[in-house]
Amino acid sequence: MDSMTLIAMTSIITAGLTIAIGGLGPALGEGKSVANALTALAQQPDASSTITRTLFVGLAMIESVAIYCFVVSMILLFANPFWNYVIAQGAGG
Amino acid sequence: MHLSADEVIFWESAFVNLNLTIVTTWGIMLLMTIGAWLVTRRLGSGLHISRWQNVLEVVVLGIKSQIEEVGLKQSRRYLPFIGSLFLFILMSNLLGVFPWYEPPTESLSTTIALALCVFVAVPFYGIRKQGIWAYLSSYIKPTVIMLPFNIISEISRTLALAIRLFGNIMSGAMILAILLMVTPFIFPILINVLHLITGVVQAYIFSILATVYIAAVTTGKDTTEKAD
Repeated sequence: MDSMTLIAMTSIITAGLTIAIGGLGPALGEGKSVANALTALAQQPDASSTITRTLFVGLAMIESVAIYCFVVSMILLFANPFWNYVIAQGAGG
Repeated sequence: MHLSADEVIFWESAFVNLNLTIVTTWGIMLLMTIGAWLVTRRLGSGLHISRWQNVLEVVVLGIKSQIEEVGLKQSRRYLPFIGSLFLFILMSNLLGVFPWYEPPTESLSTTIALALCVFVAVPFYGIRKQGIWAYLSSYIKPTVIMLPFNIISEISRTLALAIRLFGNIMSGAMILAILLMVTPFIFPILINVLHLITGVVQAYIFSILATVYIAAVTTGKDTTEKAD
């Protein structure tokens, strides 16, 4: 198997695995945080604006981990430097 | 499928090129400026004020009260900066209802520029409030060993701001493009609605995080409680 096939294969598999595993953790974390926020809202409805705002800020922080994984996956698929290098070598050499 | 608005180039010279992102950004700025000027030409202050002035007052007072709730008591000082961030990102995402519109925040350049504004603003407000020595000594606050970690955390949260906004908006556009190839019937419309909601939430998150960072450097004694 030459290096071009190897690079392409590894990039595709890794991109899929990255977004699959990277989406798992944040989803679990967000589920837990929303559940706790709902409990807090049920216990103290008059603090609802503070709880909602804090919930959204917390969700954005957790979501950003999933976004990092997504960006890595996109880089592997669309802006892969190793693939570009191998293609340039294949075209030039 | 073209990946981002950066690739549509109108005019190119040695280093700079005029691409769709820049044109859209300036278009949004022009739209907001002209709209605001039209509304505030004749400001009234009685019981009957024009509809658009009412809308603007609701928006501005809403942002002001949010800033105060997060902990910045002198909200009028920070209102222009944070309000501009919020309104620009909100407009650039919400105008996605129009077809053939590419939000400029879809390109990493715009989001890094916005995050750099926050990165520069935080020390600026900190030094203005505390003086330069107090601000610089906050980097060695628990012990001197924390100095590299504090610097790294400062840089990484700026980067996180940029990538969060970029990832959210770009993923919406990309999912839409892929869905149009797969199931073009009704599903892309639902995804578009979700993408608009995400855009509003991300605008809010960006400005609230900017406010939290500024509050962390301007509330003096209790900085550690206000930090994120």
